[in-house]
Amino acid sequence: MSTETTDAGQSTPESESLLDSVVSQQRRELWARAWKRFVSRPMSVAGLLIILVVVVAALLAPVVAPYPEHAGKYTDFAAALQGPSLDHPLGTDHVGRDVLSRILFGYRLSLMMVGVVLGFGVPVGVVLGLVAGYYGGWTETIIMRLTDTALALPPLVMALAITSALQPTLWNAMLAIAALWWTWHTRLVQSIVASERTEEYVQAAELAGAGPLHVMFREILPNTLSPILVKVTLDAGFVILIGAGLSFIGVGVQPPQPGLGTMVSQGTNYLPDSWWFAVFPGLAIFILVMGFNMLGDGLRDVFDVEVNR
Amino acid sequence: MSETLLAVDDLEKYFPVKSGVLKRTTGHVKAVDGVSFQIDRGETMALIGESGSGKSTVAKTIVGLHEATGGTVWFDGEDVTHPSEEQLDEMRDRIQMVFQDPTSSLNPRRTVGTSIEVPMQVRGVPAPERQERISELLDLVELNDEYLYKYPHELSGGQKQRINIARAISIEPDLLLLDEPTSALDVSVQAKIIGLLEDLQRELDLTYLFITHDLSLVRNFADETAVMYLGQIQEKGPTREVFHRPRHPYSRALLSAIPVTSEEEESYKPRHEPLEGEIPSPRDVPSGCRFRTRCPYETATCETVEPAFTDTDGGPLVRCHVYDENYADEFDEVPDVGATAAVDDTSSDGGSGQFAVTSDGE
Repeated sequence: MSTETTDAGQSTPESESLLDSVVSQQRRELWARAWKRFVSRPMSVAGLLIILVVVVAALLAPVVAPYPEHAGKYTDFAAALQGPSLDHPLGTDHVGRDVLSRILFGYRLSLMMVGVVLGFGVPVGVVLGLVAGYYGGWTETIIMRLTDTALALPPLVMALAITSALQPTLWNAMLAIAALWWTWHTRLVQSIVASERTEEYVQAAELAGAGPLHVMFREILPNTLSPILVKVTLDAGFVILIGAGLSFIGVGVQPPQPGLGTMVSQGTNYLPDSWWFAVFPGLAIFILVMGFNMLGDGLRDVFDVEVNR
Repeated sequence: MSETLLAVDDLEKYFPVKSGVLKRTTGHVKAVDGVSFQIDRGETMALIGESGSGKSTVAKTIVGLHEATGGTVWFDGEDVTHPSEEQLDEMRDRIQMVFQDPTSSLNPRRTVGTSIEVPMQVRGVPAPERQERISELLDLVELNDEYLYKYPHELSGGQKQRINIARAISIEPDLLLLDEPTSALDVSVQAKIIGLLEDLQRELDLTYLFITHDLSLVRNFADETAVMYLGQIQEKGPTREVFHRPRHPYSRALLSAIPVTSEEEESYKPRHEPLEGEIPSPRDVPSGCRFRTRCPYETATCETVEPAFTDTDGGPLVRCHVYDENYADEFDEVPDVGATAAVDDTSSDGGSGQFAVTSDGE
């Protein structure tokens, strides 16, 4: 224990307000340290920047897109399949719509899918994992076997099955994926909780009179947050890929909505002559997924250092 | 003032051993096997023994972290062996515990302030009152408000253990179970923590069950001492008697193994009694006297008959067939040695170590 300096702190008489400022300063310092570790890795900063730029551009798509009306049913066959130019930086598609504008609107759908899938999957998975890991026994057996069963179904196949049984809409695809996405988080959280549960701080909280809810959500959950956050970030990339994949095969985003995968799919018909139609939407997917992966790796490094015990 | 606060009667805690595909119980680890003792209000009782002797299990069974497989726990006249919800709530208010590892017993994601706050928070103490009390408690454990927003990894082991103690006494319990509270600390810090515990006991009228494998710590601190071996108490009585005239061969061996630095101190100790081998597995307890496999005085009776407690002259109860007063008088009565000296001389890893009394933690 290298930090062994003075065992008993000396009582220094300080006024309340001064003390408060000392305290908030310490808090700021902790954040500053974490931030410093984060920015010391160019990759993670680049990832964060990519995501920020994409999210802002997607949110402001109606404003920043050169041709917002091209996001929907718009045709101008005179302008079809034009290569990159000043008017259309990323070219136009087979009905004359601006590819850049459609990519920006496509990002909106991709990010919405991330939000819906993870917004449902993560809380459900985390709570189930906490309950399974904390209570153990039969509760755990039932939850975890259920999880294993759900894990055996690949999300893409599930989405295919559901969208073909119901309607091939974006919502159905999202719900199908969300219905399976919790499993990974349940597994992750359950394994962490099962080991944290035997830590003495948990026993100390129980002895202090804390009930199961307090112990699960206020003692154990904070200790699982960093791996969850890392996983969520990496998950975002996967969800985008799956969404694009579904759109590509025609069961996700439906034309004329500008799905990134849909655009790649349509664009492949015009390869190699009108390469920009397929390549730029593909690159758009690649950049966003890479951004999430880089951010996820960066966060993992930050948290690995922080939990130094 | 000799009102019994805690009485443990023939306490048993067996852990089932499961093996095979079907997870059938194939045996039991007898971690605690018929332990009885009582502590009077305001007193300190020391429970000493090697690692693996079941000391910690006794504490965890008393507070209900383990369910007893046999015997009775009486707390303030009430049977709390298998507590009802209400009894458990009351016990949580009145019995607290300080754990061995100061690091793992603090939530790494909680600041010092919020860690100490938990017992009051779950009891619905209003926030401003909690804030005030936390400052008070930090003061009691000789820290100050600067520590409020620190995280455990920013603190030293001694500071962390002070926080643990502050949390344990925050709701003013009657009984504090101290499960090797100093074994993870540096020797100089150990002495300070013991000093702090003594002060707190006086100020707050606390009763202690002090569990340790470090005998020199309890010598001047505990009123009663019980020596535990393989889940059973072998000798118990007034600390002075147990330390100055140990009657059980195991107690003697333990005491003779306290490392010392001077000839003078050496002469105070019982004649050196080497202990052979390791403590047997609590899964496979020797027949008859469970200490016999390592006892230099083993007789034929020891193998077949489990010794009962014998009343001895001077107080202690001893579980031994070969015990007799003459044997106990073979060495001179030992004068009182200052505990401070002994504390300072005990290196944390067991020192000269003829055998591993102070090996790793459990």
